[in-house]
Amino acid sequence: MDGLSIRDLRVVFDGFVAVGGVDLDVSPGDVRFLIGPNGAGKTTLVDAVTGLVKASGSVRFGERELLGTEVHRIARLGVGRTFQTAAVFENLTVLQNLDIAAGTGRGAWTMIRRRRGIPENVQEALETIGLTGQLDQAAGTLAHGQKQWLEIGMLLVQDAKLLLLDEPVAGMSHDERDATGELIGKVSRDRTVVVIEHDMDFLRRFAQTVTVLHAGRVLSEGTVAQVQADPKVQEVYMGTKEA
Amino acid sequence: MKWRAAAGFALGAVVLFGVAPAVLSDFRLSLLAKYLCFALVAVGIGLAWGRGGLLTLGQGVFFGLGGYAMAMHLKLADAGEGNLPDFMELYGQLDALPWWWRPFANPVFALAATVLLPMLVALALGTLIFRRRVRGAYFAILSQALAAAMVILLIGQQGTTGGTNGLTDIEGFFGYDLDDPVNQRMVYFIIAACLLGLLALVRQLMHSRYGELLVAVRDSEERVRFLGYNPATVKLVAYVAAAGMAGLAGALFVPAVGIISPALIGIVPSIEFVIGVAIGGRATLLGPVLGAVAVAYAKTTLSERFPGAWIYLQGALFVIVIAVLPGGLASLARLLRRQPHGRLEHP
Ligand SMILES: Nc1ncnc2c1ncn2[C@@H]1O[C@H](COP(=O)(O)OP(=O)(O)OP(=O)(O)O)[C@@H](O)[C@H]1O
Ligand SMILES: [Mg+2]
Repeated sequence: MDGLSIRDLRVVFDGFVAVGGVDLDVSPGDVRFLIGPNGAGKTTLVDAVTGLVKASGSVRFGERELLGTEVHRIARLGVGRTFQTAAVFENLTVLQNLDIAAGTGRGAWTMIRRRRGIPENVQEALETIGLTGQLDQAAGTLAHGQKQWLEIGMLLVQDAKLLLLDEPVAGMSHDERDATGELIGKVSRDRTVVVIEHDMDFLRRFAQTVTVLHAGRVLSEGTVAQVQADPKVQEVYMGTKEA
Repeated sequence: MKWRAAAGFALGAVVLFGVAPAVLSDFRLSLLAKYLCFALVAVGIGLAWGRGGLLTLGQGVFFGLGGYAMAMHLKLADAGEGNLPDFMELYGQLDALPWWWRPFANPVFALAATVLLPMLVALALGTLIFRRRVRGAYFAILSQALAAAMVILLIGQQGTTGGTNGLTDIEGFFGYDLDDPVNQRMVYFIIAACLLGLLALVRQLMHSRYGELLVAVRDSEERVRFLGYNPATVKLVAYVAAAGMAGLAGALFVPAVGIISPALIGIVPSIEFVIGVAIGGRATLLGPVLGAVAVAYAKTTLSERFPGAWIYLQGALFVIVIAVLPGGLASLARLLRRQPHGRLEHP
């Protein structure tokens, strides 16, 4: 298992500093929650790690430098992400979604033929995310929570070793949140997970470690208790009922 | 599903090989042969645009490459060994065949070139275009510009390309006299067989894992990238395949109609290739074929009776279909049947 190591990460949009010199280490197997007010730069940080936006500094996953690497190559190095708004292939079935996610290593001969049966890792992922019964359902017709799980399932079959989940439980019901929390626990056994989240209750229950971002910088870092006790964090969150 | 496809192909074969030759006059059959050439282009557009989201508004380029490759060989064969093609004698101040004409004297080279040349050009163009993430309207405009550029190039080189006239008066087809109706029928049968073969090929591609991936790229290119695929490569495959099909169509058009010229491959014909596909239903297998044939038929019939009005009618039809029925007429049938497969058809 590999860990994530970020040094002096900076992302600037037309002079606006969205991420302003972030150092961040996530050790292998950790479940790190990334919190912070709206516009703190959480999504932008994940965008930088996955190659979507240009950034300076250094982002290492294991031995490999990710900055300057193309998006699809970063993905092939085992870095997978989900999006704030679920991004599944709505016109394709659950099975097709997972099969595509599982398929980057396939040769031309396999590609130009039909899928026969269900690949083993797809079957496993289906069971892990609990969508075995929705196999042939178009992903666009899934419930909101199920779409998020499908996205996580796609990361599993993609064989991602670093999972970056952007607000996976936003808009979910209470039960769905619980199920998602357990799912994250399950998949983190042999993977490193970073979760962006606003829900403090969810964070208390499922985070191992927490990093607080504010205005593009790291404000505080530690266990849930340490971060909650940090006066700087309380100040930033003052006026919101969550902290 | 399998038996239905087999039944569909059998029905297609009966219509193309049995019914059409039996009921159509020689003249009508040769018109149908021409329409089927457009259908060949349409099958490729259905793949690239319908499934891949690539609005290929410049297929005339590839149609032209295939057509000219074939026509050059046939002109050389008509002229006989050691002679220049007739138009070169007329306009050109040439004493010898230009070097780039020479390989086309070889029938194997020429035949291979009709398909491979367009594919190679598409490979080079596509690599540049897709790597730079040119897409959507920009891709469509660029395709149009290429078609325009090719026309300008051909017209400017009258002495070696036939200029505006193109390559005309093609008499023979690998030893067969094209004036003989029997041979015209043979050409029709070749075209019909190519169409069925291509449909089988594209059907296989659409149902393959590649076909699913192509739809995923069409619907959400960025998402595919984050899974570890390079969408540029995925699109390139469909683009090159469609170019090969357009090239084949152009090549078969030449013996069927007896001419290839800039007017057949420029901006307007390139748009017309797409209109039939849009009307028939771009994401389906048969929609593009039926749409292309129907539009070509309507053009022949209506432009005879109301010359000038056709272009407006065609434009109006295109706009109406895109606005009211983006899935084309094929989606009308699906809407009525509510077939579960419909999910693949709508972009
Ligand atoms: N492409 C962009 N161009 C310009 N500014 C951007 C761009 N993307 C993000 N920003 C700005 O960067 C800042 C950080 O945005 P980011 O999306 O990373 O915040 P976030 O922490 O994920 O917030 P939220 O909790 O609302 O999702 C915001 O002020 C945002 O407006
Ligand atoms: Mg965000």
